[in-house]
Amino acid sequence: MAVNELHPENWVDLYADYLFNYAITRVSDAEIAKDLVQETFYAGLNSSKNYKGDAAERTWLISILKRKVIDHYRKINSKKGKAEVRMNYSSDSDAEGDWLEQQVADPFSRDGDNVMENEELGLAIQDCISKLPQKQALVFKLKTIQGMSTEDVCNELEINPSNLWVMIHRARTALMGCLNENWF
Amino acid sequence: MKISCEEASSICDKSQYKEASFWDIFKLRIHLLYCKACKAYSKKNSELTSMCDRAGLNMLSKDDKDQMKRDLEKKL
Repeated sequence: MAVNELHPENWVDLYADYLFNYAITRVSDAEIAKDLVQETFYAGLNSSKNYKGDAAERTWLISILKRKVIDHYRKINSKKGKAEVRMNYSSDSDAEGDWLEQQVADPFSRDGDNVMENEELGLAIQDCISKLPQKQALVFKLKTIQGMSTEDVCNELEINPSNLWVMIHRARTALMGCLNENWF
Repeated sequence: MKISCEEASSICDKSQYKEASFWDIFKLRIHLLYCKACKAYSKKNSELTSMCDRAGLNMLSKDDKDQMKRDLEKKL
């Protein structure tokens, strides 16, 4: 019972941002995350005949991406020695008297739970965004994620400002509803 | 001074992107004093903004996506 079919020609528009967010929370590097998404699409194409249609397209692509993330960490770990952390104790004079543990601690790190929760929140939001009509989703992302000015978005998409704000309003209303169901 | 709910929600949306004028925000504030529906919308709207900030969302640029599409099409 193959209910789902693959449509690789729509992959980039539909899933690239979702996969990118998933990847970036796991590798913390935009370039690497981008490459992993690209590789995921290639791998998806190559093994499209193995797709049985029992999972949604995106779920299937995510499962490939997960493998790619694991492969990525295998690869960098196999370069022995590079994973080693070298620290000189009190190499900076102004850090004198500080304990090694304090030097290791990342001053910007929030507590682990928060980071986890925000990752999940990010994916929940992306999930809701992907349910929006494509143009609404694009306008919302350009304004909210890229922080583009209204003028630039209007020029790029050839719409007028009142058009833009109507789309933003609809997108935000839909997102509030969607997050209400799926997050709170 | 009085604005409609439609105007109020529009100002509220713009203020999420810091694109509402001082005077507009003032009018919105007055409106929110007596309009419960808009007050609820305004609260939800600000929550959405802070959630998006907190989640640290990312997206690929248009160029990156176009490049990806071209590369993918070659293999189709």
